[in-house]
Amino acid sequence: MLNLDFSFLNWAVIKSNIVPGLLYSLQLTLVTMVGGIILGTLVALMRLSSKPWLQRAAAVYVDTLRSIPLLMVILWFYLLIPTGFYAAIAGSYGVDHRPELAAVITFTFFEAAYYAEIMRAGIQSVPRGQVYAGYAVGMTYAQCMRLVVLPQAFRNMLPVLLTQTIVLFQDTSLVYAIGAYDFLKGFLTVGQIYNRPDEVLLPAAACYFVISFSLSMLVRRLQSRIQIIR
Amino acid sequence: MIEIKNISKWYGNFQVLTDCTTRINKGDVVVVCGPSGSGKSTLIKTVNALEPIQQGDIIVDGTSISDKKTNLPKLRSRVGMVFQHFELFPHLSITDNLTLAQIKVLGRGKDEAIKRGMKMLDRVGLSAQKDKFPGQLSGGQQQRVAIARALSMDPIVMLFDEPTSALDPEMVGEVLDVMVGLAQEGMTMMCVTHEMGFAKRVSNKVIFMDAGKIVEDCSKDDFFGNPDARSPRAKEFLSKILQH
Repeated sequence: MLNLDFSFLNWAVIKSNIVPGLLYSLQLTLVTMVGGIILGTLVALMRLSSKPWLQRAAAVYVDTLRSIPLLMVILWFYLLIPTGFYAAIAGSYGVDHRPELAAVITFTFFEAAYYAEIMRAGIQSVPRGQVYAGYAVGMTYAQCMRLVVLPQAFRNMLPVLLTQTIVLFQDTSLVYAIGAYDFLKGFLTVGQIYNRPDEVLLPAAACYFVISFSLSMLVRRLQSRIQIIR
Repeated sequence: MIEIKNISKWYGNFQVLTDCTTRINKGDVVVVCGPSGSGKSTLIKTVNALEPIQQGDIIVDGTSISDKKTNLPKLRSRVGMVFQHFELFPHLSITDNLTLAQIKVLGRGKDEAIKRGMKMLDRVGLSAQKDKFPGQLSGGQQQRVAIARALSMDPIVMLFDEPTSALDPEMVGEVLDVMVGLAQEGMTMMCVTHEMGFAKRVSNKVIFMDAGKIVEDCSKDDFFGNPDARSPRAKEFLSKILQH
């Protein structure tokens, strides 16, 4: 039988090793969600524009990123962006935290491809008459999108956007590949220090489950509350 | 005030408007009627360039809609439009529906916009609904709010695209009452509608369309009073809708 020993796992150990990892994972998820939705919305607008070259560019972006495994994209971005770039945007902090920053950049661009498809569906779910109505009162394209279409698209798609974010939160564990210090890495580090590499995986999985599952429940409750009455 | 000059429009190879010409003077109440698919709604949507035209030109208050230099949003902000399906903004309260374009397009201050919006809401008899959302109102009420929204912009002309077609029969009257009131106050109006009672009561000109062409363009009295002078297609249409 397995001979499991969790006695090493006390609050002091958790606080110094795992909590910083959790905070980073949450930060990565939140920053990526905001950045990814903003970038994704722009890509979606490009894809729905009347200019063929914009449509093409957006389609290539989305199709490419959705056809490559995330792990490879993480490795590529990490290896391709030179240290000088991080030094330029964040000084010595940037150089010291290269994997963590690389992960933020990678995830933002990668998730934008998925958010873009969600926002595209959301924009298309707003009836054409709403666009006409916006134009008819004198709005420009930008005003019509910002004030009329996107708020409705966003509301229609909020549950799907949040569900994608939960997937994103789980995917952030892949940054172990470039050595970023995230939630999982925190557990793995403790496992190494106390020579308990198998034991730490169980509480790690339990934590990911509890966080993701409660967020799913939250989304389900939210879903029924935010619907626009038509 | 509005001059429609020899306009034609195609969807791909299908021609929806063929060489349509008419004019609307200040204070005119023009009713556009005709069988479904005859291009009435398309015609009215070309007036504020919601539907582009491929030939001809439309001059609205001295401004050409096909001139590349024309600021279309600015032009549209002076032309009120009411849609068949109301198209209120469902994510905004009635007050916000009335003030949004005033603030963002006309650059009015919030207080001024609210004052103007409330005046128009009162005019359509719905002041009590100002804090509700469109989805909480009946179809007739939504359409009256939509009229108030258009009026809040102080338009020089109002376009109505089948404003009562999507309404329950018992709500048609309340919307028509508002429209009659507007017409009697001298508002320039172009209305696509099947409401011949409305046409008889307040219009001064009737345009009859069939298959993308303007078949009749005459005074109301000619259109209803002198059926023998009408084209066969218009006569047939009239005989069908007037016998009830």
